[in-house]
Amino acid sequence: AAPPLYDVVVSGGGMVGSAMAAALGHDVHFHDKKIALLEAGARKEYDRMPESFSNRVSSISPGSATLLSSFGAWDHVCSLRLKPFRRMQVWDACSEAMIVFEKDDLDDMGYIVENDVIMSALTKQLDAVADRVEVFYGSRAVGYTWPLPSHSCDTSPWVQIELADGRRLQTKLLIGADGHNSVVRKEAEIKNLEHRYDQSAVVATLHLSEATDNNVAWQRFLPTGPIALLPLSDTVSSLVWSTSHDHALELLTMDEESFVDSINSAFWSNANHTDFIDSAGAMFRSAISLLKPSGTGVRQLPPSVARVDPESRAMFPLGMGHATEYVQHRVALIGDAAHRVHPLAGQGVNLGFGDIACLAHHLRAAAFNGSDLGSLKHLLKFETERQRHNVSFITAIDVLKRLYSTKLAPLVLLRTWGLQATNALPPIKVRI
Amino acid sequence: LFRLTMKRLSSTSHSSVDSKEMKKFQLLAHKWWDEEGEYSALHSMNDIRVPFIRDTLLNMGRNYHLGNPLSGVKILDVGCGGGLLSEPLARLGASVTGIDPLEDNIRTADQHKSFDPVLDKRIEYKSCSLEEIVEESMETFDVIVASEVVEHVADLEMFINCCSQVLKPGGSLFITTINKTQLSYVLGVVVAEKIIGIVPEGTHEWEKFVPPEELERLLESNGFSVKTVNGMLYNPLSGSWSWMENTSINYAMHAVKLAAREQPSPTDELSEMESKKHSATAGAAE
Repeated sequence: AAPPLYDVVVSGGGMVGSAMAAALGHDVHFHDKKIALLEAGARKEYDRMPESFSNRVSSISPGSATLLSSFGAWDHVCSLRLKPFRRMQVWDACSEAMIVFEKDDLDDMGYIVENDVIMSALTKQLDAVADRVEVFYGSRAVGYTWPLPSHSCDTSPWVQIELADGRRLQTKLLIGADGHNSVVRKEAEIKNLEHRYDQSAVVATLHLSEATDNNVAWQRFLPTGPIALLPLSDTVSSLVWSTSHDHALELLTMDEESFVDSINSAFWSNANHTDFIDSAGAMFRSAISLLKPSGTGVRQLPPSVARVDPESRAMFPLGMGHATEYVQHRVALIGDAAHRVHPLAGQGVNLGFGDIACLAHHLRAAAFNGSDLGSLKHLLKFETERQRHNVSFITAIDVLKRLYSTKLAPLVLLRTWGLQATNALPPIKVRI
Repeated sequence: LFRLTMKRLSSTSHSSVDSKEMKKFQLLAHKWWDEEGEYSALHSMNDIRVPFIRDTLLNMGRNYHLGNPLSGVKILDVGCGGGLLSEPLARLGASVTGIDPLEDNIRTADQHKSFDPVLDKRIEYKSCSLEEIVEESMETFDVIVASEVVEHVADLEMFINCCSQVLKPGGSLFITTINKTQLSYVLGVVVAEKIIGIVPEGTHEWEKFVPPEELERLLESNGFSVKTVNGMLYNPLSGSWSWMENTSINYAMHAVKLAAREQPSPTDELSEMESKKHSATAGAAE
């Protein structure tokens, strides 16, 4: 007997893969379609969230929140826990320059949500459409067989998938959401431009010295890399500190008190300032205030950290990647499989959710037109739209990363003035 | 350069099928499903003709589910070729019967749908002409689609008549075809076939193109009411179709078969004349 035929198979059950499967499963145009989600790990039960916060969190943009609420997952997130933030303060360790992002209407700029909370919400919504979306846990795809673009003979026109346990599936469209080391991308022989940064990110859950509104996300660019404090509650924040591999290892192994001291020093110390830069910066600031009296915004002081959650320290290496093609006949890549970025802008998962919104839009139009779901015609539209959006964004993040990785005066001056100018100019800030 | 090719139509057979036409398509029977090949323009025509059919039917007030909008609709695809239009209609939920006089076309169509169990169940292909199924399919279908077909038939009036017989009263007939104008000769034949080559050479004979006015006249005198006529335009650079007001080149038509009591009967004409006489004498009496 022929292996079971699905309309769509999503490979990879992380946040992006699960959201893709859930989005299609809840779409009325996919009511009669068969969807499968392949996840190598075991099913995790998320019935109750532990008291302590997880150390892996994501900054969810309002656009991503809209996508998640389109299939009922955002409600679950809200009923579990999340922290909205209203303001983002980003500043340099080598100068006084800073930029503040704030929405005029006092709306939420974004939300800090633990990845486990997002997965719990997605799992619930997948369960709700279990008759349409079949989730295969503990299933790793080990081989793919690609069909010829225009078959006219006896070979199957579908993608053949072989699982580790020998089971086989067929699908009209394969969506690769299997992360930056995507097997789908490799097997489809899609070239990937990648680069390993000589940096690792250290994450931890921190307790603040005193309770505060804690609705500001803080990021300071140190010469070794950016350090960010993301609010989780009035007393707890999440740390994401990108730094050299050696320093990261040091941070991981030092005792808790020293760790806390390093963090506070990173945020408060002015050791990297030079007189030259300071006066040049001050000069520029007064020049701007002549043109734009409202000036460069109020500088708030970041909170100080009292202690770190034991066992919450972890590190992972950082890199950047971009697939030269997002689609092929009967294949589409989304999330980190298509593009991998530095966490400095907190946008990694948002780019993935943006991919989902775009791909789902084109797939539902194709379904409503009776088209073959794996046809390149609409897949190329998805690719064009997302590459246009992603490439400039990813390049900008990479440039920022390199620009801020130095103490050299000319570059510091450049970014100081650049940051101050950007802070003073509303149009650019709104675009970001 | 402008030369009319005068060809006599051989309509001695009692059939709407033209054997010369069949020979043209024989050679390309296996090329149907190459989306970038000879039939690429027909593939991209689905982008406008499927929504046209779908939305017209949905707007006729039936209950439907967005996941399966044409569920329960019985469609006859006349001159289905390799099944390019039958498959999307079936994916939308319809039960489709696709007929084509060329056996090789039906073979290609059957083979292509066989890999998809849903399509396999919903579509039935038959190698035959329209007349051959009339007897067994009286008033059977909700919808007939004759897309890029009427410019190839030998006897258009008989073709329309057969359509009427197999269509349920109130059923819809969708036709897409090419107008008979100087413009359609230049663009539809000379440019399309001989210069750019987006249509296989020799596919179309300008003499057999049907102007929308003539098609409308034939339909209305055979029990149909024409509801919509829309011009279609092909952009060879983008390979895509769009709608336009002007019907000089390609056009689409939607007609509905009138239910029995709506048919204009001979007695109506008489009574019309009588009432005219009546009002004339009434006027004179004033």
